[in-house]
Amino acid sequence: MSNPKLMQGNEAVAEGALAAGVLFYAGYPITPSTEIAEKMAERLPLVGGSFIQMEDEIGSMAAIIGASLTGLKALTATSGPGFSLMQENLGYAVATEVPCVVVNVQRGGPSTGLPTSPAQADVMQARWGTHGDHPIIAITPSTVQECYVLTVIAFNLAEEYRIPVILLMDEVIGHLREKVVLPDQLTIVNRKKPDVPPGEYLPYENDDSMIPAMANFGDGYRYHVTGLTHNQKGLSSGNPEVTKSFMQRLTQKLNPYLDRIQMVEEVQLEDADLILIAYGCSARSAMEALHIARGRGLKVGLFRPITIWPFPQKQLEKYVGRKFLVVEMNTGQLAGEIERIFGNKAVERLNRIDGELITPKEVLDKIGGVCNV
Amino acid sequence: MFNDIAQYFRTDTLPHIWCPGCGIGTITAAIVRAIKTLQLDQNKVIFVSGIGCSSRMPGYLDFNTIHTTHGRALPFATGIKAARPELDVFVIMGDGDSTAIGGNHLIHASRRNIDLTAIVINNSIYGMTGGQTSPLTPHDKRGTTSPFGNLERPFQVLELAKAAGATYGARATAFHNQLLTKLVIDAYNNPGFSLVEAISQCPVSYGRRNKFKTPADMLLWQKEHAYKAGQRIGHEDDFQIGEIFSSQAPEYTKEYDKLRQRLKEVSR
Ligand SMILES: Cc1ncc(C[n+]2csc(CCOP(=O)(O)OP(=O)(O)O)c2C)c(N)n1
Ligand code: SF4
Ligand SMILES: [Mg+2]
Repeated sequence: MSNPKLMQGNEAVAEGALAAGVLFYAGYPITPSTEIAEKMAERLPLVGGSFIQMEDEIGSMAAIIGASLTGLKALTATSGPGFSLMQENLGYAVATEVPCVVVNVQRGGPSTGLPTSPAQADVMQARWGTHGDHPIIAITPSTVQECYVLTVIAFNLAEEYRIPVILLMDEVIGHLREKVVLPDQLTIVNRKKPDVPPGEYLPYENDDSMIPAMANFGDGYRYHVTGLTHNQKGLSSGNPEVTKSFMQRLTQKLNPYLDRIQMVEEVQLEDADLILIAYGCSARSAMEALHIARGRGLKVGLFRPITIWPFPQKQLEKYVGRKFLVVEMNTGQLAGEIERIFGNKAVERLNRIDGELITPKEVLDKIGGVCNV
Repeated sequence: MFNDIAQYFRTDTLPHIWCPGCGIGTITAAIVRAIKTLQLDQNKVIFVSGIGCSSRMPGYLDFNTIHTTHGRALPFATGIKAARPELDVFVIMGDGDSTAIGGNHLIHASRRNIDLTAIVINNSIYGMTGGQTSPLTPHDKRGTTSPFGNLERPFQVLELAKAAGATYGARATAFHNQLLTKLVIDAYNNPGFSLVEAISQCPVSYGRRNKFKTPADMLLWQKEHAYKAGQRIGHEDDFQIGEIFSSQAPEYTKEYDKLRQRLKEVSR
């Protein structure tokens, strides 16, 4: 292990991206994500990569897809308003299966909202922000250390499964400074390349792996990429059979790999009567409340979905019969998901939507209320 | 006619979707002939397009091709070119694609003077969606969304690009398709952002509503309204063909590469 360093969350994302081998960044400035762009602007030309400040977030998303098609790992970072602008091209990356990572450092409110305050209200937008049925991966760091490590993992997942991965942060984690220990050894995954000659290459091959090999533009495998529904050659088709097979593979392609995609942290769950469910900044308060509650003899545990989409339902289902308290800075976006699994009688909510952090005391008070102490 | 360039087509994707009499096919052939003349390596040529009838062109061509989202061809192309400047990137857009929804990207690609060869196929209308008014629909002409004639004034797309910093601009038509081939070659050879406006006929969505009886009438109109530099005809709606402007300015990817070299020397 290297020496510990004091780092800000956004800075750790940039460092993680560089460690993952990112060579392209396109973005448009927006609080509270801008430090990521600034860091990449400084570092990328030094490592032979490219940074470009685009005219808007629509263009930023477009540019990283273009760069990724030539074989580079590509990143963009934004916050709510910019994330909204990215949605159409994010869907394009999903449909054309172009790996990339999009960081959304969540701020408060709809519209311009609270630019410098935290919130966790883009959870559903991360899942369903772009139109049409589609798969997505979103992961949520809770510490600065995780900003670093999960950025690397985000790229690994993007490359392995040919999908855009959303690193769903919040203002607190983005701007937090804390100690980071950079691991010496990192597992770095690169996309699968075709092992057949160009004439036999099917860029959207529907084989058992469900993840087709991806050739770089410019390397001799001339193929077509389109957001129209397409066949295995990548050519557009409106044929119902082609459409069905494309949509089935696209929407189910993560299923065989869920065990590797869905990361969770489970704290003192064996004997817990009440399971806190929290992620990002709220998980920090939940964790502190848990320790205090345990000190008072309350059987409380924490289930932290690090991968928030696809939601780790199987891991959570083990705890059927317990009570759940979902702590999040929105009106209950993930709570609705938990109620879908266990029914709403089993689920309590603690929400805050005023741009202020949920405090450990608030969590503790709620735990007290639920446990009737 | 077609055999000379058949090697550049994905023949299994034909027949194409374009209507009989549409100008896009002629323009496609003119562009491909430019690539043939330039003897570009097919593996290094990238075609990027937006959405629209014009933007369907890359799907028929045997290069590395990407049909993107409406209006966004230029930022996709910018990502490709910035990532791998050695690739030859051609960008195909419709008039609505490039000047309405994608107008901002056109301005900024011009400003960066990034080495892309962009071709706007200007048929004065939204062809694919059935004939709505575009920012290049002439004043008073009809579209389904300007049933009483267009109240607005059109852009001069080449003037726009020039003012924003593009270093090459030229215009030809489907009728003047040999000239178009030559201009695409010159555009490719310009080391910066180049824009070629290719005036096309859309008999189905534009011609019918604007008193053109046949596609041939529209081609005749192109012939009779186009003039070479200094030879204005005098029609209110005549237009110049050939090279319209060319200049020199630093190119984006080369500047970025210089930055990398400079930083390398500093750190040495
Ligand atoms: C975001 C978005 N808005 C609207 C459309 C619908 N649409 C498809 S093509 C088109 C206009 C095409 O006109 P033009 O760019 O002139 O191309 P042409 O078909 O005339 O070649 C529109 C509005 C779309 N595909 N995407
Ligand atoms: S609608 Fe117009 S532009 Fe589109 S293919 Fe038909 S004739 Fe061509
Ligand atoms: Mg048009």
